[in-house]
Amino acid sequence: MSRHVFRDIRGTLQPFWVTLRNLFRKPVTVQYPEQKQQLPERYRARLILTRDPDGGERCVACHLCSAACPVDCISMQATEAADGRRYAAWFRINFTRCIFCGLCTEACPTKAIQVTADFELAGRDPLKLVYEKVDLLVDHCGNDNSYNFYHQTGIGVTAPRGENPQETKPMDVKDLMP
Amino acid sequence: MADTLFTVVLILAKLALIFGVVLFMAAYLVLAERKILGRMQLRYGPNRVGPFGLMQPLADVIKLLTKEDFLPARADKWLFLVAPGITAVTALLVFAVVPFGPTIEVFGRTIPAAVVDLNVGVLYFLGVSSMAVYGVVLGGWASCSKYSLLGSVRGLSQMVSYELSLGLSLVPVIMMARSFSLHDIVMAQASVPFLLLNPVACFVFLICILAESNRIPFDLPEAENELVGGFHTEYSGMRFGLFFVGEYINLVVLGSLMTVFFLGGWHGPWLPPVVWFLIKVLMVCGLFIWIRACLPRLRYDQLMNLGWKVLLPVSLLNILVTGAVLLGLGL
Amino acid sequence: MTATLIFYLLGAVALVTTALAIIQRNPVYAVIYLVKSIFALALIFYLLGAPLVAALQVIVYAGAIMVLFLFVIMMLEITPVSARKSSAPGWLSWTPVVLVALVLAVMTLLLIGLDPVAEQGIPRWHATPRDFGYALFNEYALAVKIISFQLSFAAVGAFHIGLTERRRARMEKDS
Ligand code: SF4
Ligand code: SF4
Repeated sequence: MSRHVFRDIRGTLQPFWVTLRNLFRKPVTVQYPEQKQQLPERYRARLILTRDPDGGERCVACHLCSAACPVDCISMQATEAADGRRYAAWFRINFTRCIFCGLCTEACPTKAIQVTADFELAGRDPLKLVYEKVDLLVDHCGNDNSYNFYHQTGIGVTAPRGENPQETKPMDVKDLMP
Repeated sequence: MADTLFTVVLILAKLALIFGVVLFMAAYLVLAERKILGRMQLRYGPNRVGPFGLMQPLADVIKLLTKEDFLPARADKWLFLVAPGITAVTALLVFAVVPFGPTIEVFGRTIPAAVVDLNVGVLYFLGVSSMAVYGVVLGGWASCSKYSLLGSVRGLSQMVSYELSLGLSLVPVIMMARSFSLHDIVMAQASVPFLLLNPVACFVFLICILAESNRIPFDLPEAENELVGGFHTEYSGMRFGLFFVGEYINLVVLGSLMTVFFLGGWHGPWLPPVVWFLIKVLMVCGLFIWIRACLPRLRYDQLMNLGWKVLLPVSLLNILVTGAVLLGLGL
Repeated sequence: MTATLIFYLLGAVALVTTALAIIQRNPVYAVIYLVKSIFALALIFYLLGAPLVAALQVIVYAGAIMVLFLFVIMMLEITPVSARKSSAPGWLSWTPVVLVALVLAVMTLLLIGLDPVAEQGIPRWHATPRDFGYALFNEYALAVKIISFQLSFAAVGAFHIGLTERRRARMEKDS
């Protein structure tokens, strides 16, 4: 016990010095509404639905994002256009429940749903935080300006197999030739 | 008759003055504590309400007043309602005997600068402060909640372990001043404050009043991170506010007593006595805040050990030594 | 005259509160009444010119002994639930408490404000702390010593009882 007496005394006195020094240092607080912090580029906050480079909606209403969402806050109704292209009749994200985990963006095959750094969502009316498709849809491509899902896949399977652009011919599995 | 009337009016005036000053100080101590703690942790502390957050106490009061006054279903109603009052009132009552300046002459009478100059001021302080624990204990018991009850039990055992040393640490002071009156004690320190004459007693007293004020490192009865809020877990609104304000009034009172017993009261060069008194009280309060920023909370058994095995023997020895020295000096 | 009146009033309060303390089913309330009874006694001491004894009465009995009582009551939680939810109407449980508290407060103010002690002919400082000390350590020195011996025996006994088996065994081995 006596071995530690000096260590204990030092341990008791040291904090007084540390706190006294801190008293005269500049606080690290960012005074929020007046000063804003420089957020990191990949900050995850409000979600958006982006468009492809041609200006069409990217989302194909595949429900993958809503399946991935741990708090089940994405809901949508899938429907089909005349040319067979799927899209969401309505698309709704309840931001009162969203935890901004970004799992939906990882699940999305079309890069339609993406995160932005806009975290200032607070409001007095929770119903205003239920965002509909009009609120979510934006006029740009988000973080990927080139990717266009439909150029890869086509709408529906109209072209024969191996006829789509960039698609290789199907392999004949019974043939040994390369 | 006119004489009695005069005395009564005078006492009332002094009461009102002290009441106002102490409440004001308590309110702004809360703010000061939050700001200083903030700066020590590299934060700003409250700075939104008014310039530099100076109106924060007002905002807090409004918030507390407009909150729901909640009464737990199985609580013992009237004890629950009365308990916060006990804490606040006992803290204020102690202040009645604290002399904050030398006697003054008004209309050809000498008037002590305290509400009453009791001849047994020290004992009065000990008596009233030992009553303060009832607020904590009864409040916690009446809430009928296990966290509150645990807080009360801790408050009780804490009080039992430090109250004795608190009294004993004052014995050397009384021996040196040869009086129980706080006024005489201050007068005895005209040249040298007792802090220098008897630092051991001062140190023991400091630790004991830290425990008395239920603050870190002895805030066992509250212990936010173990017992939710301890004895005031179930309190809300202005009743919680009373507990809270009582604690800070207590801080002011204990700071004044520290000043009176060990720091030489209002004595000091150049400045007027009352100013010296205020400066010293604020310094003690500042020390308390500083300690809060630095030390962790003691455990229950550590506190009991400290009280019974360290402070008590030390203060007893100190009495012996002081007595011997006084005898030796032939005082 | 005033002094006599106050004396009898305080005496009545002390008796009534003690009786109430006995008939309470709720131990915490009993303790509260006992504290009030102690207060009344302390005021009587003050009235009789012994402020030191009055202060000691409050510090030692109300401040320490009753606190220990409360401690035990709370540790054991022996309050019966039926006593917590008293069947009596609410006002019956708190009126006496408040009344007694009020009487005590008024008495205290009267005692300090009117100073009936002097009027009665007893000097206010009939028993100064100094007299008290002389009496204790001269006249009753033997009694004080016997009592202190008893207390130290009690302390040793408490220490012995408080030892755990293991530590007792270790201490016996050491000696
Ligand atoms: S960020 Fe997470 S919680 Fe929010 S919608 Fe996407 S998956 Fe759901
Ligand atoms: S946002 Fe992406 S994942 Fe969600 S439905 Fe649309 S395409 Fe599928």
